[in-house]
Amino acid sequence: MASVEFTRRTLLRSSAAGAAGLAFGFGGVRRALAGDLTIGIVYVGARDDFGWNQAHAVAMDALKQVAGVKVVEEENVPETDACAKTMESMINLDGAGLILATSFGYYTPFVVDVAKKYPKVEFRHAAPLWNKDKDPKNAGSYFGYLNQAHYIDGVAAGLCTKSNKIGFVAAKPIASVLSNINSVLLGARKTNPNATVQVIFTGDWSLPVREAEAANALVDAGCDVVTCHVDGPKVVIETAEKRGVKTCGHNASQAPLAPKGFITGAEYKWETIYKQYAAELGKGQPLPNMLAGGYEGDMVRNTPFGAGASDEAKKAALAAIEDLKAKKPIYVGPLKDNKTGKIVIDKAYDNLDPYLDQMDYLLEGVIGSIT
Amino acid sequence: MDSGAPAAGEVSGAVLPAAPSERAASDLALRLRAGSEYVAIPALALAIAAFLFSLFLLAIGKSPIDFVDNIWRGGFGSGFSFQNTLQRSAPLILTALAVAIPARIGLIMIGGEGALVLGGFASAAIATPMVGVVAPWLTLIVMASAGVAVGALWIGLAGFLRYARGVNETISSLLLTYIGVAIMNFFVEGSLRDLSNPNKPSTRPIGEAYMVGKIPGTDVHWGFLAGLILAVGLQILMTRTTFGFAARVTGGNMRAALAQGLPVGKLIVACAMIAGACAGLAGFYEVAAIQGRANASLAAGYGFTGILVSFLARHNPLAIVPVAILFGGLVAAGGLIQRRMGLPDATVLVLQGLIFVVLLTSETLYGRFAIFKTAASKDRT
Amino acid sequence: MNTPLAIVLIAMLGGAIRVSTPFMFVAVGECLTEKSGRINLGLEGTLVLGAMVAYAGSYRTGSPWLGVLLAGLAGSCLGAMHGVICKLPRVNDVAVGIAMMLFGTGVAFFFGKPYIQPTAPRLVSIPLGAWSDNADLGSALNVNPLFFVGVLAALALGWALRNTRWGLIVRTVGDSAAAARAIGISVDLVRFLTTTAGGFLAGIGGAFLSLSYPGSWNQGLSSGQGLMAVALVIFARWSPERCVLAALLFGGAGAIGPALQSIGVTQGYYFFNAAPYILTLGIMVATSSAKRSARDIPGELAMAK
Repeated sequence: MASVEFTRRTLLRSSAAGAAGLAFGFGGVRRALAGDLTIGIVYVGARDDFGWNQAHAVAMDALKQVAGVKVVEEENVPETDACAKTMESMINLDGAGLILATSFGYYTPFVVDVAKKYPKVEFRHAAPLWNKDKDPKNAGSYFGYLNQAHYIDGVAAGLCTKSNKIGFVAAKPIASVLSNINSVLLGARKTNPNATVQVIFTGDWSLPVREAEAANALVDAGCDVVTCHVDGPKVVIETAEKRGVKTCGHNASQAPLAPKGFITGAEYKWETIYKQYAAELGKGQPLPNMLAGGYEGDMVRNTPFGAGASDEAKKAALAAIEDLKAKKPIYVGPLKDNKTGKIVIDKAYDNLDPYLDQMDYLLEGVIGSIT
Repeated sequence: MDSGAPAAGEVSGAVLPAAPSERAASDLALRLRAGSEYVAIPALALAIAAFLFSLFLLAIGKSPIDFVDNIWRGGFGSGFSFQNTLQRSAPLILTALAVAIPARIGLIMIGGEGALVLGGFASAAIATPMVGVVAPWLTLIVMASAGVAVGALWIGLAGFLRYARGVNETISSLLLTYIGVAIMNFFVEGSLRDLSNPNKPSTRPIGEAYMVGKIPGTDVHWGFLAGLILAVGLQILMTRTTFGFAARVTGGNMRAALAQGLPVGKLIVACAMIAGACAGLAGFYEVAAIQGRANASLAAGYGFTGILVSFLARHNPLAIVPVAILFGGLVAAGGLIQRRMGLPDATVLVLQGLIFVVLLTSETLYGRFAIFKTAASKDRT
Repeated sequence: MNTPLAIVLIAMLGGAIRVSTPFMFVAVGECLTEKSGRINLGLEGTLVLGAMVAYAGSYRTGSPWLGVLLAGLAGSCLGAMHGVICKLPRVNDVAVGIAMMLFGTGVAFFFGKPYIQPTAPRLVSIPLGAWSDNADLGSALNVNPLFFVGVLAALALGWALRNTRWGLIVRTVGDSAAAARAIGISVDLVRFLTTTAGGFLAGIGGAFLSLSYPGSWNQGLSSGQGLMAVALVIFARWSPERCVLAALLFGGAGAIGPALQSIGVTQGYYFFNAAPYILTLGIMVATSSAKRSARDIPGELAMAK
């Protein structure tokens, strides 16, 4: 389990490396026990957006219940110096000892710089970006590998599509989105070798009108299963349901939105991470620098099957989930990209291999371009 | 926007110095008294807005006293808070200047956002091959020049289209903003993308050594000082030079300006380019002082906020500075209000809207109180 | 009928019908306001508030049409507020509009929080394409009744402005307040009413967003459509009928990006997605001329006060 490894590495690190890290580790403990650790949480959007931010906010409840921990939250903080200033303000004015920054774009340069400036405060950031060689020891990352749940979406969708075309509405071509698209393709190819995934990029995280247009365009192009990776998937799922095609969800359960066509959906299980943080804070232990995983670490899940899932699809999906829990790899080479035909996956990669975090291509079988 | 629409009251009022020639001994006192109107009325407006917002808070069961306390602590009350405020106001001063200068010649340019984004992008793009080869100080000069030039060309284009083709500059500058953001995204996610940063498409970072630092002894970057200097410089340009005078005449009555033989076309394009240069410079500082690279976060809305700042300052470059600081302070304090009072960010939007509506409404009070009346202020309409 | 070109054209037709309606309502409302010589730049906030109120109203009462009405009323309130404030001497209507945009958006976000997640009853579309056996065309021609309401409102307004006494009054106020006062018209009252009516229409535009297409309420719903619609009034040169055409063009062009990606034309999608802006600018540059620009503008409009 990756999370255990990272934890172990962290412990080794804190015994060997910098006094700053050590000083904090136990400083933080003492403060937690004394009952005055303040945790500052920074969100990029509204806490109740029925999407990415809400998934975090709901799971944060675990932290609020730890005795002696006070949580302060600020939402709609853009990925500019506003985020650095917000974190500093939490430290200077609220006395925060731990900062949780929940948007990808906060990391470089803001989390890294503020972490260097305040070595006694701990920072954890929700994307697998912390680099143990380069980045400050009082910073760290946590993440759920949602692509594993999207892989399951693909496995089920492959058996539910008649046109062999799965539509994907995507926001921006960043690594985690590309990984979700590619994983849907690989899942679908597992059960249906003829399946293709057609992707439409909207260009931003929340553009409801364009998301609806994209869903319509995918259906017009013959896709009969539609899924997405945007901040709030409600519009895509409802539009697809109205057009009478099947859907797979993202981020939270969209099952009630599509009573006829919902197959399953990819969801984070942030509570696993925040509960572990809460437990460690409660016991007065330092937090791991890196805490990330997928099905094998119970950090992602799939929405319970909807009416759109055939029995065959359910069976295949459940079997594939067991495979993932047993760490069976998703990316098994040789696989080519869809632009140049170059081999980008040369061998079988562990599902948490950092190489996969650097993904900047769509695999052959995906129709779409990242620029 | 329309050539025939004079804004005479504004030209004779806020723009020209109150009394042109006679400077008696008591003149300073009179001017102080007249000037105090510009402090007293906004202060009154802020108090009224705070009162209205307090009613809102009471209605949702929160304490107005906490609110006032948090505004003070979060935005102004300590060295940290005030520097936080100043830093947040830095881009707003520059983007507000990008609205104010064209407004003087009668143009409403709302495309500062696009010029900021493209200016910032140009700075980062031109720096990419220079980092590690050319000395930082030279690179920064080239970057700033590129940002300023691209910004000036972008808004200058809207000015040129206005003059040469009669294309309304308000809509063209807004359209150009969306197009500018698309251009930036195309390159940042395409050919200029830094592949080592997979989760936030950006150009390659320019690196610590090539960044503009903070003003010594503070936590505020140099962009703030640049805004201050430009505000003063542009105030002088617009009020004390032939260029400024010609621009204001054109803004007051374009037909009259044409009749007098003023080079209206050149003036329009020049004002538009100055505006674009200011916004482009804001983009340069976003890249060189904050992000260290160009990415979609350049389009953070500073250009749009600048429109409001400029209007609140009645397009007066000097007045833009305090208004931008007020705005920066509200945003900085807004965070603390969210955190301490457990309120959503939308409350801060309501507060901002309320303050600005009341501040703008209070403009109707100027000249109504005898206590501020002076001989000089009587010719103000 | 399933050639790539047909797919793109059908998508543009569907897009024009689906996406244009909010632009149309806001632009027609703003056109009326500007005809009387006042600018309300705050319709973005009105649109957002209308969307929230309509969704909340439909969810609470179970009747989407009641939601539409409530949205119109909420829009009127913001419009009336703008109208009252801008009546005061020396108050700048453009600036107040921008501040009202913040205020309206803030109020909508604050009170809209509980309605992001629930599903409210939506407006039902009319399947005008049922005759066609092409399913895509059929779905493109699923037209919401509000689309026709908007078109009719625009036509009626255009006719009334040209042919009725009431229209003459509005135009007189917009062209010369002094002349209007001289013949005993209350300029402030007329402008108050046109701003309120403009707010009403913009509120209904918001109702279309949340109750028809995309048919959901969240904070990113409008993303600047209200601001763009206000700008489209300039593009349409202050004619309600041309506002409809401008909105249709803008909506149709907005469908180009997703449609091209769906047929496999994927390189450079940022520019396809920016097609409405590029196209509008191109048309403006092509059709404007330095001499004619001031012809249609109401004389009292002075954005640069």
